Amino acid sequence: MTVLKDLFLHDRKFRIGFIIIILILIIAFLSFISPYEPDERSMPRKNLEPSWEHWLGTNATGQDIFWILTFAVRNSLFVALVSALISRCIAMVNGLFSGYIGGKTDRVLSTLTDSFIVVPRLPLLILLSFIFKDNITLLFMGLLLGFLDWAWPSKRYRSQILSLKEREFTFTAIFSGMKTPKVIYKEHFPFLIPYMMADIISGFLWAIGMEITLSALGLTNLNISTIGTMIYWANYYQSMLQGRWNWLGPPIIASILTVLSLYLLSDSIGAFLDPRTKLKRIMGGGIIRCQ
Amino acid sequence: MMNFFKRYILPRFIQWVIVIFVGVTVVFFVPRLSPMDPVQTTLRRLSSVGTTNPRAVEDLREVLADLYGLEGSLLEQYISYWNRIIHFDLGPSLAMFPTPVMKVIKTSLPWTVGLMITSIVIGWLLGIILGTLIGYFSNKKWLQVLDKIIISIYPIPYYIMALLLVLLFAYFIPIFPLIGGAGIGMNPSFSWSFIMSVVKHGFLPAVSLILINMGFSFITQKALTSTLVSSDFVTYAESAAIPRRIILFQYILRNSLLPHVTDLSLSLGSVFSGALITEFVFSYPGLGQVLYTAIMQGDFNLMMGITIFSVAGIATATLIIDLLYPLLDPRIRYK
Repeated sequence: MTVLKDLFLHDRKFRIGFIIIILILIIAFLSFISPYEPDERSMPRKNLEPSWEHWLGTNATGQDIFWILTFAVRNSLFVALVSALISRCIAMVNGLFSGYIGGKTDRVLSTLTDSFIVVPRLPLLILLSFIFKDNITLLFMGLLLGFLDWAWPSKRYRSQILSLKEREFTFTAIFSGMKTPKVIYKEHFPFLIPYMMADIISGFLWAIGMEITLSALGLTNLNISTIGTMIYWANYYQSMLQGRWNWLGPPIIASILTVLSLYLLSDSIGAFLDPRTKLKRIMGGGIIRCQ
Repeated sequence: MMNFFKRYILPRFIQWVIVIFVGVTVVFFVPRLSPMDPVQTTLRRLSSVGTTNPRAVEDLREVLADLYGLEGSLLEQYISYWNRIIHFDLGPSLAMFPTPVMKVIKTSLPWTVGLMITSIVIGWLLGIILGTLIGYFSNKKWLQVLDKIIISIYPIPYYIMALLLVLLFAYFIPIFPLIGGAGIGMNPSFSWSFIMSVVKHGFLPAVSLILINMGFSFITQKALTSTLVSSDFVTYAESAAIPRRIILFQYILRNSLLPHVTDLSLSLGSVFSGALITEFVFSYPGLGQVLYTAIMQGDFNLMMGITIFSVAGIATATLIIDLLYPLLDPRIRYK
């Protein structure tokens, strides 16, 4: 907790990222007090320009864009969160077994992981979401994305564990008679858990991007509003040709702000964890330097 | 030499075979989960033209199933499928019957490969060069601005980025054409006008791909350079007044090359799935576009054909890089 406070005070990247993500979260939580239901159509009039009453105008089906955006952000974040958690859980188990047990287990798991990396994910995802199209709920979408994104992180965790096993403090711990589970729990987890935190964010970014891509191709349940489906409908009603930027702009800006803030956060945490910058920090008297 | 073969080449070759086997198997089974029945689709298309008696329809169904390779149990289909792959026969496309899948792939492959490989390699090189410069001259103002820009572009989802480019350069400032790979009605030839048209049509998609591919190699290279700059041998070289050019190219670049080679092989592998979004957004006539239509029409053979190409492409790229590694990395010696 103090670490987060320090990061917030001293690292500009962290501060910017943190403020933007709080804004995004506020937008997402506003959906709970929305005056309109997400599936209500034609409550306000159609195709209104932005005004005091409707901050971002209304779209072609008569939905207030600002309030729809709050639902969209909430739903997209939910999908990405489910996906990131699922994929990192699988990856963690896979990486732990591969890294600590080694030998045959490692070889089998690594081959499996490598084969999965080779299978092109996007066509597979398109096919799967095409099959389930109208039955896709948000949870299902998250699970689907999660089950396709464990291969890379598994590889990363494995190599992280392998490098931890070779560090001097591990040898010191073993030679002073510490048991393996205790070494893992006491010595390695403090390194692995923050690493995982930064990695979960990168999974989150991937999932947001994928959700947007699939929805914009028209392959998800288009009745649930997410950032991606907002873009789909804006394109569907020719917002570019009609010059209606209030349809296409908000979801694009929301998505860019979300990924950018999360990326800044993960970058800043990553720099904090990096042993090289850690050394600089200790020598520089507690001031956090990034880059 | 024998030992080198046994310990280095053979395991990698076996891995290659296993990876392709698993990949092809997944590719075989997943489309069969799809609710689209290509035989039904064709029959419906035929029966909408005129009335036919049920008997003839039943016969036709059998003939079609046989032609499409959908005859018999899953296991039988699976075996005959491998049999065909070994003979490089991917069967006919189901939606564009009876054009063979190989022919469809052959017409669209040059577009995709040309666009993707050029832009991936350019993006990769640009990322490395800029990363080295920013890592080395970290106090120049304009380089810092460039650094901020690249870092903000990097996490943006590819689709959003492509869409932004289309908005900017095909609507607001209409300098680039919106669809196609070359002017309409032009025949592929080596004439000046055709090549110019290809370049003009491919420019925006290429820029979007370069921007996306640049990010990763840029970030890696910047981190590598900043560690190398403070290492002893660079400090020594600097105090020995060795020209900066030589320090940059022979000391820093040479020493940070290895991770990038792996990275390049992996991004070259992603050519096929990456192409899908690019070609969809920019209406570019390549393999990704074909794959998208194939999925939409339930064209099993075409889907499998393209994905098999992609799986084999990635696996082979990784194999080649692995085999080249001992040449590039003096530390790996398997003798």
